Amino acid sequence: MPAAEIRLEKISKRYGDLWAVREITLHIKRGEFYTFLGPSGCGKSTLLRTIAGFVSPDEGTVYLDGAPVNHIPPWERDVGMVFQNYALWPHLSVFENVAFGLRERKIPRDEIQRQVQQALEQVGLQGTERRRPSQLSGGQQQRVALARTLVIQPRALLLDEPLSNLDAKLRAEMRIELLKLQRDLGITTIYVTHDQEEALALSTRIAVMESGRVVQEGEPREIYEQPREKFVAEFVGKSNLFIGTVARAGDGIIEVKTEEGLTIRAAFSSPLLPGAAGKKVLLNIRPEAIDLLAPGEEAARLNRIAGKVAALAYQGSFVEYEIEAGGRPIKANVINPKGKRLFQRGEEVAAVFDPKDVALVS
Amino acid sequence: MAALLALLVLFILYPVVRVLWVSLSDEEGKLTLLHFANFFRRPLFREALWNSLLSGVLVVLFGSLMAVPLAYFSVRYEFRGKILLQTLATLPLVIPPFVGAVALQLILGRSGMVNLLLMRWFDWSVPFMEGLTGVVLVQTLHFFPFIMLNTAVSLSNIDPSMEEMAQNMGCRGLRLFGRITLPLMLPGYIAGSLLTFIRVIDDLGTPLMLNYKNLLAPQAYLRITTIGIDDVDGYVICVILVILSLVSLAAARKYLGLAEYATVQRGAVAARPVHGRKRFLVLLFCGLVLGISLLPHMGIFLLSFSKVWSFSILPATYTLDNYTEILFRVPHFVRNTLLYTILAAGLDVILGAAIAFLLLRSRIWGRNLLDAIATLPLAIPGVVLAVGYLRVFHGWDFPGAGAPLTSTWFILVIAYTMRRLPYTVRASYAALQQVHVSLEESAQNLGANRLKTFYKVTLPLITGGLVAGGLIAFITSSVELSSTIMLVPRFELGPISYGIYVYMQSAALGRGAGAALGVVAILLVSLGTYLTHRVFGGRAGSAFRV
Repeated sequence: MPAAEIRLEKISKRYGDLWAVREITLHIKRGEFYTFLGPSGCGKSTLLRTIAGFVSPDEGTVYLDGAPVNHIPPWERDVGMVFQNYALWPHLSVFENVAFGLRERKIPRDEIQRQVQQALEQVGLQGTERRRPSQLSGGQQQRVALARTLVIQPRALLLDEPLSNLDAKLRAEMRIELLKLQRDLGITTIYVTHDQEEALALSTRIAVMESGRVVQEGEPREIYEQPREKFVAEFVGKSNLFIGTVARAGDGIIEVKTEEGLTIRAAFSSPLLPGAAGKKVLLNIRPEAIDLLAPGEEAARLNRIAGKVAALAYQGSFVEYEIEAGGRPIKANVINPKGKRLFQRGEEVAAVFDPKDVALVS
Repeated sequence: MAALLALLVLFILYPVVRVLWVSLSDEEGKLTLLHFANFFRRPLFREALWNSLLSGVLVVLFGSLMAVPLAYFSVRYEFRGKILLQTLATLPLVIPPFVGAVALQLILGRSGMVNLLLMRWFDWSVPFMEGLTGVVLVQTLHFFPFIMLNTAVSLSNIDPSMEEMAQNMGCRGLRLFGRITLPLMLPGYIAGSLLTFIRVIDDLGTPLMLNYKNLLAPQAYLRITTIGIDDVDGYVICVILVILSLVSLAAARKYLGLAEYATVQRGAVAARPVHGRKRFLVLLFCGLVLGISLLPHMGIFLLSFSKVWSFSILPATYTLDNYTEILFRVPHFVRNTLLYTILAAGLDVILGAAIAFLLLRSRIWGRNLLDAIATLPLAIPGVVLAVGYLRVFHGWDFPGAGAPLTSTWFILVIAYTMRRLPYTVRASYAALQQVHVSLEESAQNLGANRLKTFYKVTLPLITGGLVAGGLIAFITSSVELSSTIMLVPRFELGPISYGIYVYMQSAALGRGAGAALGVVAILLVSLGTYLTHRVFGGRAGSAFRV
């Protein structure tokens, strides 16, 4: 399958006073699975629709394989889109839905027959050709929509929250299937979602968006482990954010005095070290990096914060605790609680964590 | 419940069944198809049936040629004057077709404005208003907005992603319209067309005004009024009218059911601006269609201020006499209309709310029957209901009235109430459906009993729907003619529509006064329509759908 490289240069679009998308520049490589991640209204769908040609940007240029396409209408762009509601045509059968794009391309009749069969097989829907979309389940409709788009062998695949209308279990299944399909075909894919788990699981790279801007771009691990803005740390996964001032720097470790009066040690190798003292910083510690100990218990972790259990929720594979320390809540997910004693509400505990698990956000 | 059911059976089902029975029984009371066989043996009746069907089809055809482009332009294009277009396009609905018929005679008739001009300039005339042509012309100009509204609604209900997806697949322009847009809007369009078809074949006023009698409705009317209440052929025609209406209504329902399938998730397809030549053509088309469809309004307005207007291009002298006549000398037409229609609308609101409540909130046996009977009037032409009433209530003193119902004005109120009941039932039903049961349950959970819950929670929430339904009943009743002219017991008890008919029929009384009454009717309907818009907001068009 052909795979395009997509470049966006300084794309801006406003609706009245509202910037839907503001000066976005991105480079999506051949065969990538690239995700626009952000809350509703952040401009991710507008950006996707700009690439498909349904939105024309006020400023900036969209390049497909190096050629500007701003003036090419949607029907000549040859980028396949799957809509959130699937947009299956209710007056056409499954076969006719899938065959639609091939007929537009004037493919011979028996070739259409063969390619539609193949596309339906690819998504595991052989035998449903004569049914109407309304006679299929949500998951099946999703597959038809995918088959309909893939059958025309588009230069890129654009997916607009394709899994959001499915129930949780089906969503997880489709996620894996989509992943395998995309990696097998090697088609350049842009995926729009507000679900951070989906984004982390599927993408080769992610652009986190807020209010029409890309706030951070990177591989999933980078986004999760080294968020560079408060918004990213909070939006992707759960977080414990601390604002503080660097009290001491040295030995690859900085010591931060937080607003609440807690002391947190963080490991750094970066050039921040010289003259870092006195700087204001924002730190993030993921809940799963924090372990809980009884007050007397010793551990080889450099950070130790004393607190009280304010709430706990048993989740099966882990326990979600909320600890109150220094007048603020700290979230701690303690993994694999099997056999371990659960701390009770009101109990004194010590939250311990490693300096290398402390991320410097800014 | 039992009382409601009894009421509806007595005033809707029973009269129709009696009509059916007369047409199906011989003198000894045995079942027979002989009358129907006789009907089809008579060339006159065969021709009437054929003409009725033909006029229905032609009105739908010509109406579509006007309505579908207008609907498409008003939904998909953005241009200055679009609001004006949408407003003007509903104006034909406010002029009763039989009033429009008279007005068009003056403008397009043999000695009307246009033909006089044609004669003067080219010594040539066009028989616009002769025979079936005239009937079809008047009805087309009156009914095309029904098709337009239904088409526009169904067009704006198409999910934009349906078309975007097709564009994404490489489809555009006329091909996109043919493969995606048209099939998706077809159900709404067909439903609108079928409703128009029903109204056309039920229309009695237009053919009577134009003096073209060879259609089913006027034939039924003439048989009963001239030959007599016992003339079997009249009943047979009535039954055929009911069958045609029922079939069309059932088909319309089926298609509207299909139309639900493609409704919007995201807003409608954005209207796009048009420029240059295309814009000019769009505006030209809209202007032409609206110009022609507003001719009746112009004619009736002129006539109402004229002393004499015949064999001249414009009225010779202008006067206010016509208004003095109908407002001061013979004010009972206007007064009666207000009395009857307000009573009927009020009754409709109460009955409609009660029926809707039973349908949605109770599990009582017979709900479906109630629903079916309350919907039935949509498929019963006014003539048929009137014939049924004459058959049932003629000759026996109604308890409490001291005379047969058919010799009091109550019969008109009853006829209006029953004919328009489906509107208020539907409006209340839709409104009540929006009120989730949990809203009522939480009131009861907090200590309000059933009555209090209805009074404090349900009623305030459905008031909008009730008022809108009542207004539609009011509007449509105030220009009802087909059952009115059969049921009016005495001249002094007639409403506006009857008055117009009488004035227009006799040159002695003066057609100007009839036109003035027509203007009053237009104003009443406009007022009602305006209020409905206020209550319904943007969904006002739904008032004219089934």
